[in-house]
Amino acid sequence: MSLSSELLQYLLSGLTMGGIYALVALGFVIIHNVTGIINFAQGEFVMLGAMFMVTLVNAGVPAAGALVIAVILVMIVVGLIEFGAIRTAKKASPLTLVIITIGLSTAIKGIALLIWGTNPYKLEPFTKGGPIHIGGATIIPQSLWVIGTTVLVLALTFFIFEYTYWGKALRACVVNKFAARLMGINPQRMSLLAFVFSAALAALAGIVIAPITYVTYDMGLMLGLKGFVAAVLGGLSSTPGAVIGGLALGIMESMGAGLLSSGYKDGIAFIILLLVLFLKPGGLFGTSGTKRV
Amino acid sequence: MKKRVFLVIALILGLVLAGCGGAQESTEKSSSAETKEPYKIGAIFDISGPGSSLGVPERDTVNMIVEKVNENGGIDGHPIELIMLDNKSNETEAALAAKSLIQKDVLAIIGCSTSGTTLAMLEGIQQAEIPLVSAAASIRIVEPVNERKWVFKTAQSDSLVAERVATYLKSKGLTKIAFASMNNAFGDSGKVEFEKAAAKEGIEILVMEKFEQNDTMMTSQLTNIKKANPQAVLAWAIPPSASSFTTSFDDLGLTVPLIHSHGIGNKTFIELAGDSANGVVFPVGKLLVAEGLPDDDPQKQVLVEYATDFEAKYGPRNTFGGHAWDALQIVLNAVEKAGPDRAKIRDEIENTTDFVGISGVFNMSPEDHNGLSLDSMVMVEISEGSWIPAK
Amino acid sequence: MKDLLKQKRLRHALILLFTLIIFTLPFLITNNYYLSVLVIIGIHTIVVVGLCLLMGYAGQISLGHAAFYGLGAYTSGILTSTYNVSPWLALLAGAVGTGIIAYLIGIPIFRLKEHYLALATLGFGLIIHVILMEEVELTGGPSGLSKGIPYLSIGSLVLNNDFKFYFLVWILALLALILANNVVHSRIGRALRSIHGSEFAAQSLGVDTGRHKLQVFALSAVYASVAGSLYAHYITFISPSPFGLMTSIQFVVMAVVGGLASIWGPIFGVSVITIMAESLKEFMPLLIPQAGGEYEIVVYGIILVVIMIFMPDGLTATLVKAYEGWRYRKERANETP
Repeated sequence: MSLSSELLQYLLSGLTMGGIYALVALGFVIIHNVTGIINFAQGEFVMLGAMFMVTLVNAGVPAAGALVIAVILVMIVVGLIEFGAIRTAKKASPLTLVIITIGLSTAIKGIALLIWGTNPYKLEPFTKGGPIHIGGATIIPQSLWVIGTTVLVLALTFFIFEYTYWGKALRACVVNKFAARLMGINPQRMSLLAFVFSAALAALAGIVIAPITYVTYDMGLMLGLKGFVAAVLGGLSSTPGAVIGGLALGIMESMGAGLLSSGYKDGIAFIILLLVLFLKPGGLFGTSGTKRV
Repeated sequence: MKKRVFLVIALILGLVLAGCGGAQESTEKSSSAETKEPYKIGAIFDISGPGSSLGVPERDTVNMIVEKVNENGGIDGHPIELIMLDNKSNETEAALAAKSLIQKDVLAIIGCSTSGTTLAMLEGIQQAEIPLVSAAASIRIVEPVNERKWVFKTAQSDSLVAERVATYLKSKGLTKIAFASMNNAFGDSGKVEFEKAAAKEGIEILVMEKFEQNDTMMTSQLTNIKKANPQAVLAWAIPPSASSFTTSFDDLGLTVPLIHSHGIGNKTFIELAGDSANGVVFPVGKLLVAEGLPDDDPQKQVLVEYATDFEAKYGPRNTFGGHAWDALQIVLNAVEKAGPDRAKIRDEIENTTDFVGISGVFNMSPEDHNGLSLDSMVMVEISEGSWIPAK
Repeated sequence: MKDLLKQKRLRHALILLFTLIIFTLPFLITNNYYLSVLVIIGIHTIVVVGLCLLMGYAGQISLGHAAFYGLGAYTSGILTSTYNVSPWLALLAGAVGTGIIAYLIGIPIFRLKEHYLALATLGFGLIIHVILMEEVELTGGPSGLSKGIPYLSIGSLVLNNDFKFYFLVWILALLALILANNVVHSRIGRALRSIHGSEFAAQSLGVDTGRHKLQVFALSAVYASVAGSLYAHYITFISPSPFGLMTSIQFVVMAVVGGLASIWGPIFGVSVITIMAESLKEFMPLLIPQAGGEYEIVVYGIILVVIMIFMPDGLTATLVKAYEGWRYRKERANETP
């Protein structure tokens, strides 16, 4: 195996994992932008999407229909959560809200364990067919789905935020909550909207990655963590930043595992991450300079 | 005005103590309704958290046995009172759970499901002088045996499994292999033991790779393995990462034999890995191929009975439930012989001979607190989604 | 001025009373399991006191404190079991070493702000965890330290049971608390609070905010390290798993639930979280027979959410508010006749 095809292989695996991280990271960024909350339950939303999908498909619902229903179900669940927990505590500090999301994540995980048990579930790939060979490296078709979905979601997010009323309203909230309220935008409704939108992304992410990762009740922890890292790496406020952060993290892990040491791969990824942060304290695409005084 | 704060503190402390005390009383009350005093047995498993795929079938198995024994009138008329705790796969919680059970005067404890959680509670067990039968694998649980007077275990030691695999590889003439393990106590112990066994059998390990418990893409590791060009690949992991490894193996077009460890002894592995699982060979207790055993195999009857009972109630059989079955049965046998006396129960457990269990035929001794031999394992091959004895 | 004096007396009285309760408890509790729960509470309290100093007074969150806890535990574990170093010396070595490491990594980390700082501490924690997993020769890898860790002893008194260990842990916990109390009410403490209020304003008044933050960070790391050493000698077995991200998050949860504004916060936070988890283990099987840990997790999560919704500033803040409300009503009642 030549070095170039080896590197290509690492790159392709990295892009697949990176796409997964990027999809999760996008959800973090949207909620953080609008509400200032780091949502530690984001990984759990991903898990719920995948679990609903698997359950529906196993019950005989055709895949396309199952996808739509699963995404809507997660949006409803998250909407209720936002309404029940986040809104009731609206006056709390960001740190308290973070702890609330940790509690929510624990509870959701426990409920998932009750409903679905500990066994991992499998979802068939969207398209049949063996791995595709490119220049001595291989990639599975589902990887293309993941990368494709990432691109599509990024485009969609861009469109919504730039060209729709609700998207503009969300952005207004980010820029200045008080002014937004004066303009007749209700920040509470925006928080609900951000959570539900971010839940839809998370559910979609869970569904598209399920054939690669399998589906377990505790898959949210790792995905949430990596998604958070990707989001911060990308600056935490920029959607393209989140995607690039995710892809960068995926490629770093894959290259680290292949070229240096598979045991140290997570460590390597984090050392690079720290170096990036030290050199660019606002993340790769962060808006540094806004200092809280 | 200070009083108020003091009062609040005192109230909280009081409530806590009352709450704890209350809990204990109520368990005592519920038990005194029986005619003969019940025998209390404690169990601690990794029912939630990363070890849950082991802990859940163990919990189910133990519940099943206790129900059955109590329906048949208990042990000499004494019903069994099972107190089961979940350590959440957390070592600190395991240590606390053991102390809680000891305080409830159980006669013996079974568990935990994994090596780390078991090792974390040994100190309390040894000090309280209470018999423990673990369902976990690591040899360190029972060795050095002079420091583990009260501790036994039923799962085959990793050293045994490693030896079984090494002899199999040697017999097939596969002497240049690649090794990949899950990066946790299970995979690490397998790695250490296999290195020893491989050295003994003259097997060369060309490359060693690791993957995390939650990893889903193993292509980077497998690319390195492919580069080394081994005659066979040995993986030491449990699903789902064991399944991911197997599908990635297939995707990269590797065609050499793929050997796994006993960590894939459940249907989950096959379900997840799908067609890629075909042809995978692994060492495991006889439970998985129970029906296919010759009729004169001493374990056959026990195995088939357990498998049928378990599958009727909880779904596909797996070897982890079998470890709990062995642990509880060994304890119950000892209790039946010794009566409610911890020290005598310990002695009886150590005297267990020719006990036909799920993981093998047990012969414990003061030097061997596991009691299993090499022939307790068979090499099994996965073919068309089911298990057959390997050729 | 009179009020301040009163407050100070009240503070001292509270500490005295608390000390009294703590050291009479083990004579009243004969149940070994409750003692061991209290020992664990004590160990975690030491970590969380440090974390509260960092979060409450310096206003910096750390998602990597389990790493310092682990460094202490492993320094003690390795030095005593492999190199036969005296346990007390090992504990000290761990504390000093961890303090230095914290100070050094703190230099670049504290150039970061808010979420980036949180992420950097999280990254540091994960890197330490990976090292504990990978340096098999030194740490025993994922299977944990292979040799037994000896007991601590004072002279000829070997601390080999919960009763004896309880006193050691709580003496150290009280010392940690008193030291923290002094820090809070010292010049550094005032400087720290000014950082929390507005770092910019503090800097312009000539407070060396960077150095103070680093000092508190290092101090809190030393606390965690000492607690880790105690843990190692108490359980006598260590593996990397109790020193991972989940533990770091758990510490932060304990700190926030207890409340960051008071030195009593840690004790409340740790006690409530630990006792809640333990009593759920007791009570759930009584409510729902055959129930496993699943139900415990769900209830635990929901209780956590409810606490944070209704007491967003933590338990101590709520208690203090209730106390002040009561005093206010009483004074009004005194005035009216």
